Amino acid sequence: MKSKLFVLFLLLTILVSACAPAATEAPAAKLRVALIMPSAITDMAFSQSMYSALVAVQKEMGGEAAMEIKYSENMFKVPDAAAAIRDYASQGFDIVVAHGSQYGASVEEVAKDFPKVTFAWGTDVNTFGLPNVYAYTAAAEQGGYINGVMAAMLTKTKTIGVTGPVEVGDAKTYIDGFVQGVASVNADIKVSKTWTGSFSDVALMTEAAKTHIAAGADVLTGSSQSVVGSIGAAKENGTVLWFGTQSDQATLASNLVVASQVYDWSGMIKDIVSKRKAGTLGGEKYVLELKNDGLKISFNSGYPLTAEAKAAAEKAIADIKSGAIKVNP
Amino acid sequence: MNEILSVSTIVGILYSAIRLATPYLYAGIGEAFSQSSGVVNLGVDGIMLISAYAAFFVVLNTGNIWLGLAAAIFVGFLMGLLMSLISITLKAEQGISGIGLFMFGLGLSSLLFKTTIGTVKTVTGFQAIKIPLLSDIPIFGEIFFNHSLLVYGAFLLVPAAWWVLEKTTWGLKIKSVGQNPAAADSLGVNVDQVRYFSVCLGSILAGIAGASLSISLLNLFQDNLTAGQGFIAVALVYFGGWKPIGIMWGALLFSAVNAFQLWMQVLGIKIPSDIAIMLPYLLTIAALAVTVNRVRSPAALNKPFERGEN
Amino acid sequence: MARTNDTKAISTFAKSLVSRLSKIVLPPVVYNTLLPASGMVIALIIGALMLMLLKVNPISAYSALFGGAFGSISGLTQTIVKATPLLLVGLGICIAFRASVINIGGEGQIIVGALAGTWFPLAFRTLPGWMLIPLTILAGFLAGAAWGFVPGILKARLKVNEILSTVMMNAIALQLMNLMIRSVLMDPAGVTAGTYLAQSERLPEQVWLTRLIPQTLLHTGSIIAVVLAVAVYIFLWRTTIGYRIRAVGLNPDASRFAGINVPFYQALSLTLAGGFAGTAGAIEVIGVQHRLLEGITSGYGFSGIVAALFGGLHPLGTIPAAILFGGLLVGGDKMQRAVQVPSSLIDAILGLVVLFVVGSALWSRRIAAQQQRAAVARASASKAAEVHA
Repeated sequence: MKSKLFVLFLLLTILVSACAPAATEAPAAKLRVALIMPSAITDMAFSQSMYSALVAVQKEMGGEAAMEIKYSENMFKVPDAAAAIRDYASQGFDIVVAHGSQYGASVEEVAKDFPKVTFAWGTDVNTFGLPNVYAYTAAAEQGGYINGVMAAMLTKTKTIGVTGPVEVGDAKTYIDGFVQGVASVNADIKVSKTWTGSFSDVALMTEAAKTHIAAGADVLTGSSQSVVGSIGAAKENGTVLWFGTQSDQATLASNLVVASQVYDWSGMIKDIVSKRKAGTLGGEKYVLELKNDGLKISFNSGYPLTAEAKAAAEKAIADIKSGAIKVNP
Repeated sequence: MNEILSVSTIVGILYSAIRLATPYLYAGIGEAFSQSSGVVNLGVDGIMLISAYAAFFVVLNTGNIWLGLAAAIFVGFLMGLLMSLISITLKAEQGISGIGLFMFGLGLSSLLFKTTIGTVKTVTGFQAIKIPLLSDIPIFGEIFFNHSLLVYGAFLLVPAAWWVLEKTTWGLKIKSVGQNPAAADSLGVNVDQVRYFSVCLGSILAGIAGASLSISLLNLFQDNLTAGQGFIAVALVYFGGWKPIGIMWGALLFSAVNAFQLWMQVLGIKIPSDIAIMLPYLLTIAALAVTVNRVRSPAALNKPFERGEN
Repeated sequence: MARTNDTKAISTFAKSLVSRLSKIVLPPVVYNTLLPASGMVIALIIGALMLMLLKVNPISAYSALFGGAFGSISGLTQTIVKATPLLLVGLGICIAFRASVINIGGEGQIIVGALAGTWFPLAFRTLPGWMLIPLTILAGFLAGAAWGFVPGILKARLKVNEILSTVMMNAIALQLMNLMIRSVLMDPAGVTAGTYLAQSERLPEQVWLTRLIPQTLLHTGSIIAVVLAVAVYIFLWRTTIGYRIRAVGLNPDASRFAGINVPFYQALSLTLAGGFAGTAGAIEVIGVQHRLLEGITSGYGFSGIVAALFGGLHPLGTIPAAILFGGLLVGGDKMQRAVQVPSSLIDAILGLVVLFVVGSALWSRRIAAQQQRAAVARASASKAAEVHA
C-alpha cells in the first residue's frame, strides 16, 4: 500500500522531469572540451594552471564560438570525478581533461566505453594502452631544483620546511628536485619534509607549516592546492619566505613569495587539439620541461631578490636546459 | 632521539597541544551542559561548521574579529533553537535529530562557502597575545602564556563551567532535570525551559568552537573544516565523566597525540601517521568501555520528557 | 482589540479543523507516507528559498536536478546505481532502529566491507566468477557484521552507548583503510611505476558484476539488493528472531519480562546492520569501481539512514525511498554541472528531511493514539448500544 503511493510519487517525478529541457545540441564545428579538477579554478595552484591554459587556447582559437569549455571543480572525491568524466563523455564532448593523478582509474574504466572521445589525464605517463588517452605530466623537479638553489642562499637559520600533500606524482618530484637544489648550494642545510596525506585538506597544511616554523624554518615550500594554508602560516609569522609551484603564487603574500614555478599547459593543449583534428585521438605522453617552455620560473617583483641569488638561479635554468645539470625525479 | 627529548621540541609539542585542544574544550563543555540536562546533541559538528563559516565570512568582509565571533555565537544559538525545537518540543529521537542537524550544518556550510567565497583563503583572525611578565618565564611562559584570546577563553571556561554546574541554582536545576525530570517537574522546575537553555548554551559554545578554528587557530575555511572534531567532543563528555575538568584532560590527551605526530614528522622521525591518528579513537572506545561502570551518566539522558507519561 | 478576536477566531477554527481531520480514520500507513512526503516537499521549498537568497533561479536548478536524475537512460541508471548502496545500508538501519539501536556506524561498516570485497578477490583470484562473486559479497557482509558486532557487544555487555562507539568505529575504519590502501593493498602497478596512488589493484575481471546496459554503470548488484530487501521483510515479520528484534525495540521492559534476552537481540541487530552496510561496500567495489578508492563510501553511511527513515523503517518502503534519494544525489551532481549550484545543497536538504521526519514522529504518534481512543470509544459505544438493544 505504502509502496504503491511511493511509486506514484516517483512516476509523477519522472513525468515532470521528462518535460525538462533536453541538453542543448552544439553546432558541429565547435570544439567541446570538458575539464574535471580536484580543487577550484581559483586555487592559485594545480587546477588553476590547467584552467588558465584552456582559456588561453580558447582565446587564441577565436573564443566561445570556436571552443566550448565546461568544467567541474572541487572533484576531490574520486567516485564523484568518475561520474563526471563518464557524464561529459556521454554528452558528446570531444576532449575530456581529467586533471588529477587520482583520476587514472576512472579514465581507464570510462575511456573504453567511449572510443570516439579523447581523454587527457595527468599528472602521469600511463595511457593504459588505449588509443584515445593522452597522458601528461610536468618535470616539476626542474623548477624544484631552481627554487632549492635560491632557498639555500636565502635561509638564515639554515632550516627549510617542506609541506607536501601526498608523496606521489609531481608533488613528490618537485620536492625531490628542491632538495637536490638546496644540497647543490650547501649540503649542511636541514630540509625537513612533512606529508599531510591529502591534496585538499588545507587545515592540515596550516598545522604542518606552523610546526615547521616553530621548529626553526625560515623558508617554506610545498605543492598542491592546499598550500594556501602554508602561505597563510608564513604570513601570520611575517618573515618566513615562500617558494611556489604549479602557478604564480606571488599575489597570495606579495612580500614573502620569492618565486614560483609556473606550469604552462597551453602548448600541450594546442598539440592535442591539432592531433585530434588530424585523426590521432590519443596514445601519446607529454612532459612539461624548462626546455620546451612548459615550465617557467616567475620571480616575484614584490620581493627584493639579491642579485647573487638571481644569478645563481638563472645559471641553473640555463644549465638544466642545456643538459649540463641533470635533476633526478 | 636527542631531538625528541630536546627542550624546544617538548615546548613545541605542549604549545601545539594547548592550542589544538581549544575547539574540543568549547564544544565538549557545551555538550556537557546539554547532556547534563538530559539531551544528547550529536549535531555539534554541524553547528561548529556553520558557525565557523559565519565567523569567517564576517571577518573576510569586515575585518572585525569581534563581529565574526558574534556571528558565530548567533548562528550557534539559532542551531541550538532548532535542535531544541525538534528534540524537546517535538520529542524526536535525539540521536537521529542530531545526525540530521549535522548533515544540515555540513551541507549548508559547504553550499554557502562554495557560492559566496569559492576558494580557500586566509584571514587575519585572533592573534597570539603574549601576557606581559608571565610569558617571560622560561619554558612555562612559552608554553602557556603566548596564545590567542580564544585559547585562553577555552581554558578559563573549565573553572567557569564547573562553578556554574556545581555552585549555582541554575546548575542544580540543569542536573536535576537530567537526573529525574519528573521529580524536578513536581518541584516546579520548568523541565523544557531548562533543557532549552542548556541545549542553546551548548550550541553557542559549539559555535565559538567553530569560530576558534576559522578565525583563530587556522584562519581559513574549507569544506568540512572540522573533519569530525564535533563528534570527538561528544565522546569527550563521556570520557570526562560529564565534568569540565575531565573533559579538559581528555581534550589535552587528544590534541597532544596529534601534536606529537606532527612534530615527529617535522623532525623526520618516521612513525606511521595512520596508526597515530587512529590512537585517540581507540583510546576513546577503551575509555568508554572502562568508565561506564564507574561513572554515572545523567539518568534521563536521551529520554524526552512528557508530563504524565513517565 | 478586533484583531485579537479575529486571530482568536481563526485559531479556534484551525484547531477544530485539525481535530476533526485527525478524527477521520485513515489507515496509519497513509500518514506514514504523507508525513515524510510532505517533509520532502517542505525541505525542497526551503532549499528553493536558499537558492533564491543566493541569486540562483530555483526552477532551473530543480529542473536540472530532477531532469538529470530521472530524465534520461544515463540518469536513471546512475540513480539506480546510487540507490543500491542506499538500499542496502537502509535495510541494516531498518533492522537496527526497529530494535531501538541507533547505528551511526554505516560509514565504517561500508569501508570494512569494501576492504574485504577488495582483499578477497585479490587473494583468491584463481577462483571462477560464479564462486568468487557470492563469496566476495559474503566476505563483505561478514566484515561489516564484525564491525557492527564490536559496538553491539560493548552495548550488550558493558552498556556502552552505541551512538558513540559506532562513531568511533567509523574513524578507526577510515584510518585503517588509509593505512591498507597505502601499504598492503596498494596497486603493485602503481608501485612499479613510482606513482604510489592511494588505490588498490584493479580487481580480477571475473568478480566484476555484470553490467546490464552498455555504456552505463547499471549492474546486477541492484537486483541483489532488492532480493535482500524482500528477505529482510520476511525476516522481520515472518520469523521468530525478527519478531523478537521488533519486540525489543517497541518495549524492552515487556520483552524482558516475556523472557527475551534483550541485550542479545540488540547486539544481533547491530551486527546484522553492519553486515548489510558491509555488503554495500563490497558491491560498490566489485560492481561500480572495480577497485578500492578513497571516498568509496560517498556518505552512504549517513544517507542510508535518511532513506530508511523516509521509508518508514520498512524494508519494502526503503526501496522507493532509496531510489528517490539516489535520484537526489545523482541529480545534485548533474545540477552542479549544469547550473553551477553546488551539490552540497542536496546534503543540506537531506539533513532537513531527517529533522522533519524525526520531528513529525510526535504527530503520527499523537494521531495514532487519538485514533485508537476514537476506535475504543466507538467500540464501547456500540457495545453499550448492543447491551441496551
